[in-house]
Amino acid sequence: MTIEPLFTVPHAPTNASVTIMFEGSPLRVPAGITVAAALLVGGVREFRSSVVGGVPRAPYCMMGVCFECLVEIDGVPARQSCLIPVREGMVVTRQCGAAHLDEFSFGEEL
Amino acid sequence: MSATAADLVVVGCGPAGMAAACEARSQGLSVIVLDEQPALGGQIYRSIETAPPDRVAVLGKDYAAGRSLATEFRDSGAEHLRGAVVWNVAHSGAVDYVLDGQSRQIAGKSVLLASGAMERPFPIKGWTLPGVLGAGAAQILLKGAGALPSGPVVLAGCGPLLYLLAWQYLRAGVAIAAIVDTTERSGYVGAARHALGAVRGWRDLAKGLKLIATLRRHSVRFYSGASELAIEGERQAEGLSFLHRGRRVTLPASLVLLHQGVVPNTQLSWSTGAAHRWDDEQLCWLPETDRWGRLGETPIYVAGDSRAIIGAQASATQGRLAALAIAEHAGRDVDARRRAALIDQFERQSHIRRFLNKLYRPADANRIPRDPAVIVCRCEEVTAGQIRGHVELGCRGPNQTKAFGRCGMGPCQGRLCGLTVTEIIAEARGARPDDVGYYRIRAPIKPVMLGDFVD
Repeated sequence: MTIEPLFTVPHAPTNASVTIMFEGSPLRVPAGITVAAALLVGGVREFRSSVVGGVPRAPYCMMGVCFECLVEIDGVPARQSCLIPVREGMVVTRQCGAAHLDEFSFGEEL
Repeated sequence: MSATAADLVVVGCGPAGMAAACEARSQGLSVIVLDEQPALGGQIYRSIETAPPDRVAVLGKDYAAGRSLATEFRDSGAEHLRGAVVWNVAHSGAVDYVLDGQSRQIAGKSVLLASGAMERPFPIKGWTLPGVLGAGAAQILLKGAGALPSGPVVLAGCGPLLYLLAWQYLRAGVAIAAIVDTTERSGYVGAARHALGAVRGWRDLAKGLKLIATLRRHSVRFYSGASELAIEGERQAEGLSFLHRGRRVTLPASLVLLHQGVVPNTQLSWSTGAAHRWDDEQLCWLPETDRWGRLGETPIYVAGDSRAIIGAQASATQGRLAALAIAEHAGRDVDARRRAALIDQFERQSHIRRFLNKLYRPADANRIPRDPAVIVCRCEEVTAGQIRGHVELGCRGPNQTKAFGRCGMGPCQGRLCGLTVTEIIAEARGARPDDVGYYRIRAPIKPVMLGDFVD
C-alpha cells in the first residue's frame, strides 16, 4: 500500500500524533498537520488517479490551487487534502477518476 | 456566530491582508479577514505562530520576522475566520464563503483582495508525476509540518525561492543531489541594467549572494544554464534529465522540486470582471487598479502579490496604503505624514524587484513547451500539441480552448494552465498576450457543494 515516504518529519514529538485510516489501514501521523502532508510523510505516493487518463497523481502545490491532492475524506469526495488538518479517526480514501456524486448522500435520505 | 457586515472584508491572511487589517483597525474600521488556510500568515509566514524554535531557526530570520506582524494582527481587533473558502466577491461588496460546510455571506462596505501568489507553472514532460512538486510546495511542507525530503532531492529551475529552500535544506541536514539552474545568460545581461535598483536594495542582494555562496561552500552539485528539462518515470518520478553544456545529463531522483518564480493569484480579481493587462516583465496578468489598488469604480481593492509580485515586506506596506485609501473613502481623516512614510518605505522595499524580474526571467521554452506531448492542462490532460492544433482550427484565445478540448475546465479552473495557454496561443497566432486574453473566470471560484447551501 505505502512505500518509502518522500518526506519525513524528523523532530515530530511522539506524544502528539493522531491515527487516521487510509484505504482501510491505520496511519499514525503527527497532529496539527494537513491531510496531504500526513499522507506524504506516511508513504503515500498516489493520492488519486487522473480523470481522463486514469494515471497516478499526487500533490503539486500544497496551497490549494492545483487540486492534485483531491481525496475522499469521511465519505465526502473531492476534498482538497492540503487545506484540511488531520483529525483522530478520519477516514481517507483515494479518489479514482472523477468524483462519484451518485454514491454520495447528504447525510439523510432525500 | 460571526458578524455579517463589516467596513472592510479582507480576503487572505498573508502579509498584505494582515497589515491592511491592522491599518484599517487603527483608522477605526471594523474588519473581517477570511482565509482558506487553517492558520494566519499566508504562505510566506505559514505556521509562524506554532512552528517550534528549531524549525524557525532552519527557516531563517526573514521568516521569524513575520511574528511581529502576526502579533500586531492578533492585537488589532480584526476578526479572523480561518478555513473560510471565498467563492464569490460581488461589486456590492458582498463576499460569499463556505466555512464548516455552510455557505455564508458578509456585506462589506469595502473589500480587499489579498490572495497572494502561486508558483508559476513549470510545464515539462512528466511534471504531473507523483514525486514532482513545486519548491514552494516543499517549503510549505517544511513550514507547516516540519517535513523534509527523506532521500537526496533534486531542485530545478530558477528564482530566489529555489536557492532559499536549498539553503534551508542544508541547514536542516538534507542531502541535495543537485541544483539544476535554468537561469539564462541573457538574464544576467538584462539584469545588469537594473543593477542600480538592486544596489539600492543591497540588503536583499547581499542576502541572495550569501545564499548562493553557502550552496557552493557545501559543494552542492550545481548545473548552470540547464535547458530541455524532462522528468523521467512512468508512474512516479525516477529522475530528471536536461541539457547541460551541450550534453544530456540524467540524474536519478524520486523527488524533484521545480520552481521558476511566482505569479499573482488573480482568480478573484478576474472573477469580478476587472480589466487585467499582460506584464511583459513579470510575464503574467496583473489587475488594472488605481494607485491604491482600487478596481475601477468598485469598492474592491487589491494589494500584495495578487496585484503584482513585490515580495512579503512590500506587500505588507501596500496593504497598509490600500487600507488608508479605504479609510479615507469611508470618511476618515488620514494623516498625510503616515501615508508619506509608508510610500517611502514601499519604495525602499521594492527597489530590487525589476532587477530580480530580469535576472530570473523564466526561459521561453520552460513557459511555452516545445514538445507537443507535454501536458499543459493538468486537470483535463490537454497537451501543448493539442492546443496548437486548436489554434490551427481557428481557436483565438484561452476561453475557446474550453470548447475545443476542455482545456481549463477541471477543478483548478485554469490556475495551473492559464498563463501557459495564453502564451502558447499568442506565439502560435503571432499575437500579443493582451490580444489573446485569458479564461473568463466566474464565481464560484472554488468548488462548492449543493449541501453547503442546505441549513
